[in-house]
Amino acid sequence: MKTKKKLPALMSAKYRGRTASYGCVLAGWLILEVMMHTGNLSSLFTSLLVPVCCYIVAAIGLNLNVGVSGELNLGQACFMSVGAFTAVCLSGSLARTIPAPLPRLILSILAGALIAAIFGILIGIPVLKLEGDYLAIVTLAFGQIVKSLITNMYLGVDENGFHFSFVDNQVNMAPGGKMLLNGPMGATGTERISTFTAGVILILLALIVVYHLMYSRSGRAIMAARDNRIAAESVGIGIFKTKMLAFAVSSCLAGAAGALYGLNYSTLVPAKFDFNTSILLLVYVVLGGLGNMTGTIVATVVLVLLPELLRSMQDYRMLIYAVVLILIMLLTNNETLKTWVQKLKKRYTAKGGTAHDTES
Amino acid sequence: MLKISDLKVSYGMIEAIKGISFEVNNGEIVTLIGANGAGKTTTMHAISGLLKPRGGSITLDGTELTKLPPHRIVSMGLAQVPEGRRVFAQQTVEENLALGAYSRKDKNETASDLTEVFTLFPRLLERRKQMAGTLSGGEQQMLAMGRALMARPSILLLDEPSMGLSPLLVSEIFHIIEEINRKGTTILLVEQNAKRALAIADRAYVLETGLITLSGTGSELANDERVKKAYLGG
Ligand SMILES: Nc1ncnc2c1ncn2[C@@H]1O[C@H](COP(=O)(O)OP(=O)(O)O)[C@@H](O)[C@H]1O
Ligand SMILES: [Mg+2]
Repeated sequence: MKTKKKLPALMSAKYRGRTASYGCVLAGWLILEVMMHTGNLSSLFTSLLVPVCCYIVAAIGLNLNVGVSGELNLGQACFMSVGAFTAVCLSGSLARTIPAPLPRLILSILAGALIAAIFGILIGIPVLKLEGDYLAIVTLAFGQIVKSLITNMYLGVDENGFHFSFVDNQVNMAPGGKMLLNGPMGATGTERISTFTAGVILILLALIVVYHLMYSRSGRAIMAARDNRIAAESVGIGIFKTKMLAFAVSSCLAGAAGALYGLNYSTLVPAKFDFNTSILLLVYVVLGGLGNMTGTIVATVVLVLLPELLRSMQDYRMLIYAVVLILIMLLTNNETLKTWVQKLKKRYTAKGGTAHDTES
Repeated sequence: MLKISDLKVSYGMIEAIKGISFEVNNGEIVTLIGANGAGKTTTMHAISGLLKPRGGSITLDGTELTKLPPHRIVSMGLAQVPEGRRVFAQQTVEENLALGAYSRKDKNETASDLTEVFTLFPRLLERRKQMAGTLSGGEQQMLAMGRALMARPSILLLDEPSMGLSPLLVSEIFHIIEEINRKGTTILLVEQNAKRALAIADRAYVLETGLITLSGTGSELANDERVKKAYLGG
């Protein structure tokens, strides 16, 4: 018992944040696994497990970009889209060569993450050199472009290789060929190889990457560039480089999240990753707290589950959702509530401190 | 060591610096005085690479700086304390100072510089775990100066370090500037507080709406009638 009390005093704030995040994920995972195996999880909840993991990973990435680096990004869903369709196409075309699902899943997630990161870097090169909220505008436009492109794309694979067209009837394939993308219908007939465990591992990896970055020299430089551009430049921080690092990692995580998402459904339409999804991800980040990864995880879980829980209320569903959003916003910005939480925190750490002192 | 020739800087169509030349020699304190809006900050930003000049040249020990990005200029030994106490408000004093050494390659030797900064600014030592945003104005100015020193610059640019500080603190800051100079750092000081700046400067230049109108030693300018009238209140 005593050692437990000792912990908070010994840990600096940054480790406390990390421990909370990892603890949160592992506890959630354990509880859900037990519930699943004892048959206490409804099929609705079971079907939500993987998507929730995906949104968490994309939101953690977005928080690095928006919260830590301070750039507004309105197209995170679109990086998910890039990752998702990359993964679905790759997994579909590798189905014969690599029949085992796990290596194919890992490979597809890596590919989705990589391609999304490359898109992020290509967008970032011209945009992040500018001062101002240009990233918001460009990511917004990028989202529309990617959606339109995939909506009009037809891609098939047969023994002769890939066949690609923007017109439906021009994909001439040998018999036995397989369509990977069907324009507005998106990807169909995908083998569902995503698993909840993969989702949890992906969240943990995302947390490791993001925390490692945040508390490294580069991370402090990213925050410095956000807090004060001129001061950051004056100490020799390359603003472009730091902003690019955060944006590329964010895009990469969105790509990985999208890949896992895409491989969780037999059909995937490009409209799934529209502007609304980008905004929802932003809502998770803002409500969870800028730079606060544990908050992001909690906000994502609550806000993804809420509309599903309210499904029985039909027409009032979105109304209640909106009211809850507003309430959370009010509560998290409430000064009295904040000071109260601060007081609690102080008392908690003070207690931990005395326990430590008496021990040593 | 620092030589500026025919420097021109514009903001769009507005020409803020219209061709100025001056130099700072090794070991000197040189001050650039001028009224609000004369172009002092613009000159500083051009030297440290935050603004790209429209014409002219800036050399540090013979190397042209105008084509280099700010972080390269810092690693060449030129550090700037920007105007208006720009600290990283959401990071601690210690973290701010650590970021000052960001551009240095000899990470292991920063500890001794940290000690030196704390000797120069004992108040920062007392507050090293405090968030920089919660410091007083004077302390933030000291932190900004300490942070620049962590880059171990051979020349330090200070943009209005006394702005908005109480007279007592102003004296303290000016003493520290002299102390930094005594320890071997060359200083280019920009000030509206002409009296104090001229008192500690080896040489000085007067900047008026983008042009240098007067130059001389600190005491020469302090006794110049025109300077007295325009900048020293009579
Ligand atoms: N970002 C800017 N855009 C346009 N004009 C500017 C900008 N910054 C400064 N100026 C103009 O350039 C001139 C010099 O400004 P500045 O260098 O800040 O003067 P000082 O530091 O001597 O007070 C002023 O006329 C000012 O209005
Ligand atoms: Mg100025």
